Amino acid sequence: MRFGILQFPGSNCDQDCLHVLGPVLGQDAFYLWHKEDDLRQADCVVLPGGFSYGDYLRCGAIARFSPIMREVKKFAERGGLVIGICNGFQILVEAGLLPGALLRNRTLKFRCETVHLRVENNRTPFTNMCQPGQILRVPIAHGEGSYFADPQTLAEIQKNNQVAFRYCNEKGQINDASNPNGSVENIAGIVNARGNVLGMMPHPERASEGILGSEDGRVIFESILHWARQAVLTH
Amino acid sequence: MKALIVVTPKKTVLDPQGKAVANAIHQLGLPEVKDARVGRYIELTLEGSATEACKQKLEGICRDLLSNPVIEDYTLKIEK
Repeated sequence: MRFGILQFPGSNCDQDCLHVLGPVLGQDAFYLWHKEDDLRQADCVVLPGGFSYGDYLRCGAIARFSPIMREVKKFAERGGLVIGICNGFQILVEAGLLPGALLRNRTLKFRCETVHLRVENNRTPFTNMCQPGQILRVPIAHGEGSYFADPQTLAEIQKNNQVAFRYCNEKGQINDASNPNGSVENIAGIVNARGNVLGMMPHPERASEGILGSEDGRVIFESILHWARQAVLTH
Repeated sequence: MKALIVVTPKKTVLDPQGKAVANAIHQLGLPEVKDARVGRYIELTLEGSATEACKQKLEGICRDLLSNPVIEDYTLKIEK
């Protein structure tokens, strides 16, 4: 499968994503510079974490206007798979590809730690290899990860089953103590209504090898591969 | 001509930065301060005078780039 990993000035998880998708998972992974206007036949586009444009103005606000984002938008509208991690999630909400916004953490602190996530919807292209309610140990590293949506949008998200992951404790309980940043309803990751665009604050690419302490993030990339294989079989 | 833009978090959005500022002000001995909201001020310098078309474009830029309508409000003032 071909994975195009976007690079904006200030992206810093691009190499981690390339490492996991390329050498670790054996896929054809390559970088796409933000000034390009061609996704080079990528089957899946990855918006990695980092601090695109120094987080100036708002996180993701300027990256959203990069030339490559026009192509990403068209690709997503055609049903192409797009995954945004951390700053990538922030760019996707700024670009209007996902609903809501990401605010400063309620503690005002940058949180860098391993958290637990509960899989809330395992019927997406990004979670189909997960068990329902599976708990994943994946790190977070962000200062602006408090997910916000107005009540109307939130109701819509719930109705469409768009919540992919919620922050939980090691037993899978969802409560305020397991919420690292003040996200509304402990939301850690969502998909769009069609299900082909995922945004998540935690970093699955940092939890895809045993040597790094957790391989739980790998299931997300394996889900994408599984989804693509099934799509080939049914078309 | 100048365009003066003030962006503030919407009333319905939690502003932890504003809360921290209010707490600091209380510690400085002004408990009368009930609430603080921290926003952003942007000053644009433009050539010539403001035409209607230019104002329209500025509104669009405020909406699309300088503020995020999901979480923020803005005011735009044009100064000669």
